[in-house]
Amino acid sequence: MIQVSELEHCYNQGTENAKWAVAGVNLTIKDGEFVVIIGHNGSGKSTLAKHFNALLLPTKGSVLVDGFDTGAEESVWEIRRRVGMVFQNPDNQLVATTVEEDVAFGPENLGLPPQEIRNRVDEALDLVRMTDFKTREPHLLSGGQKQRVAIAGVIAMRPNFLVLDEPTAMLDPQGRKEVISTVQNLNKTEGLGVVHITHYMDEAVNADRVIVMEDGKIVLEGKPREVFAQVSKLKELRMDVPQMTELASLLRQRGVDLPKDILSVEEMVKSLCG
Amino acid sequence: MLKDITIGQYIPGNSIVHRLDPRTKITVAMIFMIALFTVNNAVGYISMGVFTALAIFLSQIPFHYLLRGLRPILIIIIFTVTLHLFLTPGTEIWRWGVLKITWEGVIQGFFMGMRLVFLIFITSLLTLTTSPISLTDGMEYMLAPGKRIGIPAHELAMMMSIALRFIPTLLEETEKIMKAQMARGADFESGNLLRRAKNMIPLLVPLFVSAFRRADDLAMAMEARCYRGGTGRTRMKELHLYTRDYLAMSFLILFAIYAIFTRML
Amino acid sequence: MRIIVENVAYTYKAGSPFEAQALKDINLTIEPGEFVGLIGHTGSGKSTLVQHLNGLLLPTEGNVYVGDLDVVSNKGNLRQIRQRVGLVFQYPEHQLFEETVFNDVAFGPKNLGLEPGEIERRVKRALEMVRLDYETIKDRSPFALSGGQMRRVAIAGVLAMEPQILILDEPTAGLDPTGRDEILEEIAKMHSTLGITVVLVSHNMEDVARYANRVIVMDQGQIAMDGSPREIFSQVDQLQSLGLGVPMVGVLMAKLNSLGHNLRGDILTVEEASNEILMWLRGKKDA
Repeated sequence: MIQVSELEHCYNQGTENAKWAVAGVNLTIKDGEFVVIIGHNGSGKSTLAKHFNALLLPTKGSVLVDGFDTGAEESVWEIRRRVGMVFQNPDNQLVATTVEEDVAFGPENLGLPPQEIRNRVDEALDLVRMTDFKTREPHLLSGGQKQRVAIAGVIAMRPNFLVLDEPTAMLDPQGRKEVISTVQNLNKTEGLGVVHITHYMDEAVNADRVIVMEDGKIVLEGKPREVFAQVSKLKELRMDVPQMTELASLLRQRGVDLPKDILSVEEMVKSLCG
Repeated sequence: MLKDITIGQYIPGNSIVHRLDPRTKITVAMIFMIALFTVNNAVGYISMGVFTALAIFLSQIPFHYLLRGLRPILIIIIFTVTLHLFLTPGTEIWRWGVLKITWEGVIQGFFMGMRLVFLIFITSLLTLTTSPISLTDGMEYMLAPGKRIGIPAHELAMMMSIALRFIPTLLEETEKIMKAQMARGADFESGNLLRRAKNMIPLLVPLFVSAFRRADDLAMAMEARCYRGGTGRTRMKELHLYTRDYLAMSFLILFAIYAIFTRML
Repeated sequence: MRIIVENVAYTYKAGSPFEAQALKDINLTIEPGEFVGLIGHTGSGKSTLVQHLNGLLLPTEGNVYVGDLDVVSNKGNLRQIRQRVGLVFQYPEHQLFEETVFNDVAFGPKNLGLEPGEIERRVKRALEMVRLDYETIKDRSPFALSGGQMRRVAIAGVLAMEPQILILDEPTAGLDPTGRDEILEEIAKMHSTLGITVVLVSHNMEDVARYANRVIVMDQGQIAMDGSPREIFSQVDQLQSLGLGVPMVGVLMAKLNSLGHNLRGDILTVEEASNEILMWLRGKKDA
């Protein structure tokens, strides 16, 4: 469980460039939950994410991971084992010259015996469906493949949570699909808690909970349907709303009786045709 | 595209030389080089030649790859041979004005030339049969005892392997930056050396900036995966010495002793 | 000034064991004033094609005519062609290198050998086109700017060459919805007020549907579809078979029509969809 209490984070504190990127966040993420955190650039979502694995420390407030305080230096490595993180740039996470060696990097850091590492690497590659690429050099992979290897590298450490900081921002549509389906799969079949940070609303459709951030605070929270239904508020926050949801809102404004939480084409067709 | 260059000149294979531990190969190459510089007569050099031929045969590397390795130092070989040809005192066999070639010069030139050739062949074999990452692993193990006197073996090996990993990526990025600047009228080809060096700035600055950014990102990703230096780290692929390694090294030691012995003939 | 691509084929690393044909028999004319959306999945040849338009790549077969100049006979000196055809690569901020914004934007004009007065005029104009304040920004280091500002400076660097045709490869890559909208609005403005021909390479179908007046679809090194946005995006099945997405409203119309209803299949935006559906529903009620 990740517990965030009264979290505030200030960059360049005490200088004239001081910026409160996170300005008071309270949040609990339960084991096995799939949470999507959405916000435009500068809303504080990435800053928040980096607190989950102690890459950033709170200026005020606290973050507890399974009871461990991120502020306690001696707990940092245990926290990072429990909360794995995947970043935006697919290239700048892969450190080894072949896929399997890169996935082994995390377990090697944990000092596990060689055979155990081997097993975990094979298992992780299988879960992200990259087993056939295990001896491939990283620069020969597509963006989506690189991100899947990065995910494998993290899950080989058997974390309780997978935090993904805008993992699809630099990918093409194919790559985005691969990453989203891999992550959803891991959540459903392995029970891995997922915190997915993004500015693409359509990636939040299957979440257990959607959190919308603005100016370092949480401004909207709830199930995807509840949050998407608030079209005008989302537009105010400069978020992209799925076309169907926006269309439903426009039609409702003009007197058509439609449910507020239409997300997909199928739902729209059903509502229109009965 | 530039990124299709494979790292180093490694040619994958399954010969017995390929399968030797990198530490064995590095040690064998070093001992051979010592032996090479101790021989000083025909028997010695012929023995070196036989050994080299044997190594090439066992490695199953096509000979033309090794010949290609000679190209860069061809100048040095020719230069060395020429020096010995003309400057060794002894029985004159040819003269043109001040320049004279002696019989001893011919022999010395030939031997020195062969020495360089064997040297290049054996070191080429080392890189042709051992992947860069194996070499790095081997060197890390071999330097590890040096930790006691402050040699950062793990850190050096990590730096090398990260560099190897990023070479193709950086080459790819170089190409992209070049194209972007060329689209703005930059010219990387014409002009004298000074002009061309100046023209590289629009290429080098972005490359450096990006390299620093990568380093930052990578460090964060490594820390997120619990990296904290070499202490307590294990390896998935540990290096093991097998019988063939012990045999190879024993053979080399015996060969080296024999080489020293040939001096007395 | 139009661009004519004539029987162009391009093979990477021709003659080597790694050779790969990236473009096959491309024939294409881009007329002045068009706003072309170039779409296709990764590997379809979009980037390769676009690099032929300013001579960064030379065709293995065929030729490319930029106005009265062609790339093959001018291959020793492509500067003039590169002045006419501006190309902005993906993540253009990665090409910034100068100490000040002014100097970086001036790089292109300097390479064209222009007079300092002219260079300054062009830099000013280019920065204005990307909505940056010339006086505040000209002496700042490009590396001290925000990501969005850096991208604009990079685009200004290409605009300062005053090209007649502007090609942008995924100019919105990595930007959030606001950033995306701003950049596309600026590009649309350049197109409508300055008459610059635009070629927009993009994966975002909704953006292309909104701004382009011509859509070219590439697949496996060839042009698979070429027409107006309405013509192209109404062919939902074919686009999906090419592995491409279609704006959701297009999929909706197609689905409703497949159930026997009679709606326009060439809807491009949410507004158009709401109008069309409203008319249909009222028509149904009255019937």
